[in-house]
Amino acid sequence: MIPAPFEYDAPATLDEAIALLEKHGDEAKILAGGHSLIPMMKLRFASPEHLIDINNIPGLSYIKEEDGYLKIGAMTRESELEESEIIRSKYPIFTDASKLIADPQVRNMGTIGGNIAHGDAANDHPAVMLALKAEVVATGPGGQRVIPIDEFFYGFYMTALQPNEILTEIRIPSVGAGTGNAYHKLERKVGDYATAGVAAQIAVDADGICTYAGIGLTNVNATPLRAARSEEALVGKKLTEETIAAAAQAASEDCNPSTDLRGSEEYKRSMVRVLVKRMINKATDRI
Amino acid sequence: MKKEITVTINGEAHTVEVEPRLLLVHLIREQLSMTGTHIGCDTSSCGACTILVDGKSIKSCTMLAIQADGKSIITVEGLATVEGLHPLQEGFKENHGLHCGFCTPGMMLRAVELLEKNPNPTEEEIRWGISGNLCRCTGYNNIVKAIQYAGAKIRGEELPSTEPEFV
Ligand SMILES: Cc1cc2nc3c(=O)[nH]c(=O)nc-3n(C[C@H](O)[C@H](O)[C@H](O)COP(=O)(O)OP(=O)(O)OC[C@H]3O[C@@H](n4cnc5c(N)ncnc54)[C@H](O)[C@@H]3O)c2cc1C
Ligand code: FES
Ligand code: FES
Repeated sequence: MIPAPFEYDAPATLDEAIALLEKHGDEAKILAGGHSLIPMMKLRFASPEHLIDINNIPGLSYIKEEDGYLKIGAMTRESELEESEIIRSKYPIFTDASKLIADPQVRNMGTIGGNIAHGDAANDHPAVMLALKAEVVATGPGGQRVIPIDEFFYGFYMTALQPNEILTEIRIPSVGAGTGNAYHKLERKVGDYATAGVAAQIAVDADGICTYAGIGLTNVNATPLRAARSEEALVGKKLTEETIAAAAQAASEDCNPSTDLRGSEEYKRSMVRVLVKRMINKATDRI
Repeated sequence: MKKEITVTINGEAHTVEVEPRLLLVHLIREQLSMTGTHIGCDTSSCGACTILVDGKSIKSCTMLAIQADGKSIITVEGLATVEGLHPLQEGFKENHGLHCGFCTPGMMLRAVELLEKNPNPTEEEIRWGISGNLCRCTGYNNIVKAIQYAGAKIRGEELPSTEPEFV
């Protein structure tokens, strides 16, 4: 399988890349890790006329804590997330997710920015971003703008990014004491997309009252889905078997999975219920 | 429009003209006639096309040749030296780590990076480490042993037994 012909540029700066996007409009696509885009181009599901490879632009790959945020550069590879000490010690949800994304070779190439910018509800990072209430930094001709994650995913492969914008950074509010997070997806085999996946971040105060709940769902809706009623079922309450069961039930009712090779709608709803419960418990255990 | 790129493969620099859409695996196999790198699935799933690009194992069916401009590549043809086989090649040979051999080049190049990052992996770490490489013949057990053997050899330790195990 060979992609349709295209022109290729590998600019050395962000400004040049944005100028190229301005010039070619929606005929152009950014090439990051290429591990969603190149397979789609080989299948001719995508045939952009211009590829703008951003791999040669320095300064887009980092993981740092700054100004009350965990900041991750868009070109940070999955393998770099897996190996990062900050991630391992304070944000184990990323370690959970990265380990389940494809396989080691794909993770050597795939970037966190591409995983989110692709706008695919089957990808794993979007649900994690919803749970962590992340913000996405988009850089365009007029400079940077910050997009809250709840305003980012529009529809099937559609995001709030404009054709002349590049996703440059992901910002996650730093976790304080009393916070834990976890991710798991049910997959048929290594490298498969999720049958269903659940990301959860939970915080409790000294009295055991839940002060924060973020729950994101993978591949059970046209877009990555926030389980808003599940979050409401937890915040302000003690985390008991009953409150957790109520949250899990709400998520299984509010998702919209479709029957496909990975399972029936009913099965997927059931798996969402199980996974929400497990991820709340796992996140709480990690506090 | 074709562009000129230079890639170093197994220590030798090649300057070639490529169409941007040419996949790296096709450059290696067809334009440069090194057929040790295999194409199994052509859909980024099987790992038969795995090579090292600047030391990282990647699937060459999912990278454009033009992206490799200025990079250093190792393929299976570059593993052995004048002194003999690479420890992984020796491990696969001694442990019956291959039957048909189709997956083997990709398996070994993946294992090169695995052992570089983690010189003494557990069995579980090896199995996760090669989870992007499919083998239709061996059932994987002897591949795991081959990688353990190579690990011991690289660490300079006593080599594990290569007697076949009947289970
Ligand atoms: C065999 C296989 C299995 C996989 N399994 C999983 C899985 O289980 N879970 C999972 O989450 N993913 C999976 N993936 C997808 C993989 O994680 C991709 O790497 C990821 O979805 C996209 O990241 P990328 O850097 O490769 O982006 P690319 O493929 O380069 O780009 C994807 C899209 O996003 C756009 N884009 C990329 N970066 C930017 C940016 N910075 N700004 C603006 N637009 C941008 C591109 O133009 C393109 O439209 C799998 C891939 C393969 C090949
Ligand atoms: S041929 Fe590249 S992964 Fe199968
Ligand atoms: S030895 Fe035949 S596929 Fe692995």
